[in-house]
Amino acid sequence: MRQMDIRLDELKHLVSDRAIEGETVLLNMGPQHPSTHGVLRLLLELDGERVVNCVPDVGFLHTGIEKNMETKTYEKALVMADRMDYLNNLGNNLCYCLAVEKLVDLDVPERAQVIRVLLTELQRIASHLVFLGTHALDTGAMSVFLYCFREREIILDIFEMCSGGRMMTAFFRPGGLWRDIPEGFEDAVRDFVDIFPRRIDQYEALLTKNPIYLDRTKGIGGISSEDALRWGLTGPNLRAAGVKFDLRKANPYSGYERYDFEIPVGSAGDVYDRYQVRVAELRQSLRIVEQALNNIPGGPVRSGNRKFVPPPRSELGTSMEALIHHFKLWTEGFPAPKGSVFVAVESPRGELGCYLEGDGGPKPYRIHFRTPSFATVQAIPVMAQGYLVADLVAIISSLDAVLGDVDR
Amino acid sequence: MGVESKLGNFGVVTTTLEQVVNWSRTRAMWPMLFGLACCAIEMMAAQASDYDMSRFGMELMRASPRQSDLMIVAGRVSRKMAPVLRRLYDQMPDPKWVLAMGDCCSCGGVFNNYAIVPGVDEIVPVDVYVAGCPPRPEGLIHGVLTLYEKVTGEKIDHWS
Repeated sequence: MRQMDIRLDELKHLVSDRAIEGETVLLNMGPQHPSTHGVLRLLLELDGERVVNCVPDVGFLHTGIEKNMETKTYEKALVMADRMDYLNNLGNNLCYCLAVEKLVDLDVPERAQVIRVLLTELQRIASHLVFLGTHALDTGAMSVFLYCFREREIILDIFEMCSGGRMMTAFFRPGGLWRDIPEGFEDAVRDFVDIFPRRIDQYEALLTKNPIYLDRTKGIGGISSEDALRWGLTGPNLRAAGVKFDLRKANPYSGYERYDFEIPVGSAGDVYDRYQVRVAELRQSLRIVEQALNNIPGGPVRSGNRKFVPPPRSELGTSMEALIHHFKLWTEGFPAPKGSVFVAVESPRGELGCYLEGDGGPKPYRIHFRTPSFATVQAIPVMAQGYLVADLVAIISSLDAVLGDVDR
Repeated sequence: MGVESKLGNFGVVTTTLEQVVNWSRTRAMWPMLFGLACCAIEMMAAQASDYDMSRFGMELMRASPRQSDLMIVAGRVSRKMAPVLRRLYDQMPDPKWVLAMGDCCSCGGVFNNYAIVPGVDEIVPVDVYVAGCPPRPEGLIHGVLTLYEKVTGEKIDHWS
């Protein structure tokens, strides 16, 4: 723990010889630092104020979520997924539910699919709003943060309306949704869709052509498309580098192929491009929300397969079979077949994958998440080398890594 | 300011040292910017436009423990983070308070496993616990007000 006690030769494999000889300075940044967005720790090697190298140290938020999930039945493990990437709770739910549904071959009604897409896109907007607010804060613009959180509250109110929770919703369940959307939901979303485009213009008016912001971000922390692919970047960070790859288009799930939207791409892969890609994604997500809202079909929101989905409460008093199913599902859960599946979805941060292995019992044998932020954090040195420490702050915030997503 | 009417003609107010010190402590209690996980996002929301914690003398989140009075532990504390947290607490100047925000740092919450410290009170003394996973911003504000009540009632012989 005490940095003084660490002898320099212990760091030999991490830093250059110049640092060992005392020519460059080693500096600790984090885990408690306002701009590391949580508990990322970086070991910086500095030449004056220039970053020669930086070594990310992760694990300060390791929660053992994957292991915890393996001790729970498939349906109960769901709440853990919420808490992984805490800006993309519904997206995590979706990824996990898709994996379970693929493993046990469970159908999802059309209505549930559309509502899932709608809510996931709202979640993407909420996540990008947090990105925009904190990123602007880190580059020195305070007011954007206040504007972004104002709109985020509207989205959280919509989530609360559906599920009762603002952040940890656990609204998506294997086989559909927890319950149907409430009365007033469509009006609330429509109000949001109406006001939001002008609000995006407001954010852009504050940043996009702001000379101070441009100075802080243009040409800073660029990464080439080859490097971005090589380091495993996905999502907006990859698209900002000019690679047009989005899982919603490349490998559609939950009916994304039916929606009309574009994939915004950047060219330089610098901080400014990453900002622009995310702002453009706000508009595209809003388009998807609008299309989904206009086409919510009728019908049930949970699969009728009683072996996996509990019957509605109303049936328990009249149907013996329903009572048995309910009892079985809530005491021992449903068994999943032997085998493994991998499902990937496009989270606001990139490709979120879930590897799930069943052993025939009611609990997952192994569950692992391929999280986008983990790959993002390991690429920070590539982007930061040669820039100033102040630029490093802008770079870290522009990558939008969530430490809960890195460490799990 | 509202005190003029009580001043009378003398320009003097009599009160106890306890009251005036405790009052001033609750008027500008600067929390340390110490976000760990999910709760930190709700802590940010509590700072932002809709909830606006600056109404309670908290518009300033200090990044440095040397300048803060209150540590809001917002989120789960892992075993790797625990020594860091303790060190930050030790670096804070007296008087200092700790508010455990959320279930994880109050008691471990949903994570009953090898990685998470089951309650931050194993490492630092906690003054107020706020329940919820994560607590709503209103919950956090209620926690802060509860802490203010506690501070207001502190006796002079408890000041160290």
